[in-house]
Amino acid sequence: MGLPARPLRRRAAIFSYCAEPELLEGARWLACYLTTGKHMAFYASFGTVLLLLAITAPVALAFGFLGAMSARSHIFPINWLGRTYIAIVRGVPDIAFFLFFVIALDQGFEWLRHQALCPGWDQPIRQGNDFVVCDAAKLPLGTAPQWVHETYGFLLAVLTFAIVFGAFAANVLFGAMRAVPRAQIETAEAYGMSRRQSFWRILVPQMWVYALPGLSNLWMVLIKATPLLFLLGVEDIVYWARELGGTKTPRFTDYPHGDWRMWYFLALLVFYLGFTKVSEVVLGRVMQRLTFGQATAGGEAQRKAAA
Amino acid sequence: MSCWETIADYALRSVGVGERLLPRSDFTLCQQFVLIGSGMIWNVYFGVLALFAGFFLATAVALGKAAQSPWLRKPAEWFIFLFRGSPLFIQFFFAYFLFLSLKQVAPVFTPLTSAWAGALVVLFLNTAAYSGEIFYGALLSVPKGDTEAADAYGFSGWVRFRRIVWPTMLRLAWPAYTNEAIFLFHATTLVYFSGFPAFQQRGDALYYANYFADKTFNPFVPYPILAGYFILLTLLLIALFGLINRRLNRHLPQARRAKMKLRLNLIR
Repeated sequence: MGLPARPLRRRAAIFSYCAEPELLEGARWLACYLTTGKHMAFYASFGTVLLLLAITAPVALAFGFLGAMSARSHIFPINWLGRTYIAIVRGVPDIAFFLFFVIALDQGFEWLRHQALCPGWDQPIRQGNDFVVCDAAKLPLGTAPQWVHETYGFLLAVLTFAIVFGAFAANVLFGAMRAVPRAQIETAEAYGMSRRQSFWRILVPQMWVYALPGLSNLWMVLIKATPLLFLLGVEDIVYWARELGGTKTPRFTDYPHGDWRMWYFLALLVFYLGFTKVSEVVLGRVMQRLTFGQATAGGEAQRKAAA
Repeated sequence: MSCWETIADYALRSVGVGERLLPRSDFTLCQQFVLIGSGMIWNVYFGVLALFAGFFLATAVALGKAAQSPWLRKPAEWFIFLFRGSPLFIQFFFAYFLFLSLKQVAPVFTPLTSAWAGALVVLFLNTAAYSGEIFYGALLSVPKGDTEAADAYGFSGWVRFRRIVWPTMLRLAWPAYTNEAIFLFHATTLVYFSGFPAFQQRGDALYYANYFADKTFNPFVPYPILAGYFILLTLLLIALFGLINRRLNRHLPQARRAKMKLRLNLIR
């Protein structure tokens, strides 16, 4: 009788001396502990965060550009749509948006597929506390493998981030477009350019220097928003830090330890501080580059410093 | 059950007064309104106390960062960098587990493991760092003429600060500080999603909104209600801070008064 005191299977380890964890001590124990399979998954989740940033930033910028363009439009419904999009994310806690959009988008997609794929369905979609669509409309399909579910969850998160941050970016870009000196557009019109031409050839190339302070601020904010992935159900660094840091008894692991969650979150804190610092330095350089030769106070200061 | 009964049962549910059990099925619109509104008590509690206490620390931090001596300047700079450079969400998690460990060492720290004290400390430090940076910026842009005039009149030390520098600093910082305040109230929604447990399901507005969204699987009712409450709160704050702004600017001619321009900071 009795359960085995220790799991019998041993995972392939990076260091050869990790074969007998209970005999290890000090630095070697730590080296083995930090290279277990679960820790590798933890390190990989940093990649998830970076991937989220890499996808979200350009998509949100595109959303923002569209939002700013439509807010400048002269056609009433488009203009109204753009302004509402920009206005709607203010005044409400953003985390509420994250929690809302993830479910709302999921249900929205399933509803659209339901309309398209199951025209013969006669029951209501909302039955009491359930949201019921036909099997063919489920996203992802019930038969799909696990990785499809995970990818779908991640993509929903990306879309949510892009919608929320797109609105922020739209606000920044809208301001930047208005900051370009009026005389520039007037000159373009005097040269006979159409509205479209002066927008793409004069306004857009010049607006970036005005947009950059706002956009770099937004980037910092986006970095700091990434732990919210955890709330959207993605296995990100916060998930793993909670998972790995919790108390481990010898019964379930080769590397028992007490409650180390504090140290894991300290590591995350340091990670974010470092990331912020690096971003600050890089964005400072970009700003210097963009102000070069511009008719702004910053450009003027650079010119004077060089002279 | 009429809506009045629901109000009697649940209006103070978030602080533990009234009906103990949360509704489990057949949620009415009234229940959602009342419970989410009840949760707002916590958002207001965290926001008001953290803002009030943070104001004083922020002034000290701003003065520290503007000080000549590196013994004052460096800690202030690090304090601001630490809290502004990392996500509030991670700060909450870290603080919660830190307090849990401290509790093992000394029972004095036990209250800090519950949200009403622990999360308040984090929010207090966090807002102090953000406002400290705002105040520091304002401190640097206090007009030179003002301080020279103060010197000429023989003001020095505390009196010079209290009478000349501080009011001007506040006046310059006020529009940005208003945004910070709004933003802090929004940040209070993170508390119950970051380790701090909601004791006996006494949570804030987002906690209840999330509860309803999970139970009904319908996000289109509770979250807009939450949004409505927060828009009201934001408008109230803007009105309140606008009044203070008017008072701070009352000596200036109409044209030179700082306009309250709403530029919301986003997520921390």
